[in-house]
Amino acid sequence: MGEKITKVFNPAETLNEIENKFEMFQILNEKGEVVNPEALPDLSDDELVELMTRMVYTRILDQRSISLNRQGRLGFYAPTAGQEASQLASHFALEKDDWILPGYRDVPQIVWHGLPLWKAFLFSRGHFVGNQIPEGVNVVPPQIIIGAQYVQTAGVALGLKKRGSKTVAITYTGDGGSSQGDFYEGINFAGAQKTPAIFIVQNNQYAISTPREVQTAAKTIAQKGIAAGIPSTLVDGMDALAVYVATKDARDRAVRGEGPSLIETMCYRYGPHTMSGDDPTRYRTSDIDNEWAAKDPIVRFRIFLEGKGLWNEQKETEVIERAKEEIKEAIKKADETPKQKVTDLISNMFEELPHNLKEQYEIYKAKESK
Amino acid sequence: MAQMTMIQAITDALRCELKNDDNVLVFGEDVGVNGGVFRATEGLQKEFGVDRVFDTPLAESGIGGLAVGLCLTGFRPVPEIQFFGFVYEVMDSISGQLARYRYRTGNTFNMPVTIRSPFGGGVHTPEMHSDSLEGLMAQQPGLKVVIPSTPYDAKGLLISSIRDNDPVVFLEHLKLYRSFREEVPEESYTIPLGKADVKREGTDLSIFAYGLMVHESLRAAEELAKEGYSVEVVDLRTISPLDIDTIVASVEKTNRAIVVQEAQKQAGIAANVVAEINERAILSLEAPVLRVAAPDTIYPFPQAENIWLPNYKDIIETAKKVLTF
Repeated sequence: MGEKITKVFNPAETLNEIENKFEMFQILNEKGEVVNPEALPDLSDDELVELMTRMVYTRILDQRSISLNRQGRLGFYAPTAGQEASQLASHFALEKDDWILPGYRDVPQIVWHGLPLWKAFLFSRGHFVGNQIPEGVNVVPPQIIIGAQYVQTAGVALGLKKRGSKTVAITYTGDGGSSQGDFYEGINFAGAQKTPAIFIVQNNQYAISTPREVQTAAKTIAQKGIAAGIPSTLVDGMDALAVYVATKDARDRAVRGEGPSLIETMCYRYGPHTMSGDDPTRYRTSDIDNEWAAKDPIVRFRIFLEGKGLWNEQKETEVIERAKEEIKEAIKKADETPKQKVTDLISNMFEELPHNLKEQYEIYKAKESK
Repeated sequence: MAQMTMIQAITDALRCELKNDDNVLVFGEDVGVNGGVFRATEGLQKEFGVDRVFDTPLAESGIGGLAVGLCLTGFRPVPEIQFFGFVYEVMDSISGQLARYRYRTGNTFNMPVTIRSPFGGGVHTPEMHSDSLEGLMAQQPGLKVVIPSTPYDAKGLLISSIRDNDPVVFLEHLKLYRSFREEVPEESYTIPLGKADVKREGTDLSIFAYGLMVHESLRAAEELAKEGYSVEVVDLRTISPLDIDTIVASVEKTNRAIVVQEAQKQAGIAANVVAEINERAILSLEAPVLRVAAPDTIYPFPQAENIWLPNYKDIIETAKKVLTF
């Protein structure tokens, strides 16, 4: 193409310009130094300590969950270590009445939103009581169908808007999930209907074994928000303060009636995809692992808080001990939950059982009473 | 009472429920100002406002997700899928999500959704508009599937579907939208889901049918009457769950039965009806239960509909095989 035409018609340059706009938003660098002081959130000392407490607690929860899974005392489990800032600092920006539609890795967010830990363990084991969400806790169980939580979030957000509620719906998926049709439909519906939704993509670099580059030629996932015409941000997902600020900003705009946002958190999962036989050494080198280990969200937040005199080893030990104790109690409570019966499963199908299930209920009731 | 076509009865049912319950929301592609591609939602946006009756982006899966999310915030969605051939786009939202929500949350959340969608052949639609895919829905635990064949049934069944606190797939046959009028009460009334209706009483043979095939069966019954056969025509109305009591009572009376569907033989729900009869009334049967169904090919190119779709002649032929077995 001639030079003259290139000046007026150059789609490659347009793409380049757009992609270069998505710079990563960071407040705390890997050394725990504030690199963006103007962006520092307005969090009290107590709130900063609380956020750190939740991150440390959740790291222990991950360690214990992996080991309980290995002992056969938990079932399905998707490790979370490395994603504490992404998961918990985004959750920290929410209010109690906000709705969360989590993916299968997003158990920590719904636990901190009010789902009792013993129920989270029952979810892992595969027991319906684990998904019986307490009244007033606005979460749904972890979604297994990647992308489905996105279209449903558009629906919840529309519902909140119709109710005139000053709350938001937030949802999470991974980098692989951004390739789904429902991912696009979800953000596009919320954009078209200008509803209070926050869509988070936790880009932990791999969808099982498939690296992020295999998902899309797009330089960032954040820029996919452009397709829906909604504001989007690329955030350092290992930086609790940056994640908090990005989510808080999205929430503020949403409740002001300015519509949805897309946030890409650049993060990493230190463990395997799930505990169901995935072996990350097949597709990840120790170089990559080491590179991301140096970015640990807990390490840098710890340095930041210690510098402010808000955190020390003793505090951290207390949190770790409390976590271990509560996890032990929760597993015990899960153990004590009565076993499921077929009649329970039948009873949970409909408000009023249709003919076939009434019949089957009687058959199983007779079997169970033997 | 007023003379209504089936589509008018459907609009009337939607109007009744929009009036009756502020949580009822009607949405889909072109259901708003346009009043729907078949005028099923004609005038509703004007009467109830854009907050209650609204258009969506062109994405069936998104529409399904919208319904789920709206239920979580206490609404009673009545989404429309423009043609049921497009259900593949929204199979996860319907079968993977809506149908399972009450169960997967141990009764914490429920999904009072009614998915309306037209289907059915005989009007030379383009590809993927007329396919009978009710069999897919009938196989999904957690769903009810309703297929009316008359204006009166359509109104009462749609009101019941909307009031049901679990998801209902409500399939409307294109050929029946305006093919005849019937007396329909102007006030609200309900017809229980899961209840069949004996459209014609008989003693020699039971025909179980639904959708357009009810009318083909009634015509066949008329012809067979001229030859001295007394044929009972049972309109299933709800194809999942089946009204076992009515089906079995009819077979026990007539001792012979056929099942008639427009779907391909390997699809639909006829095989299920046959199996239920075999399990529950085999000792009443004087002959095997035979099926009238379409060939096991893809739905025909429009010009081939007339040689492909089952009609009253096929029904007479199969009925005679059973009557003379």
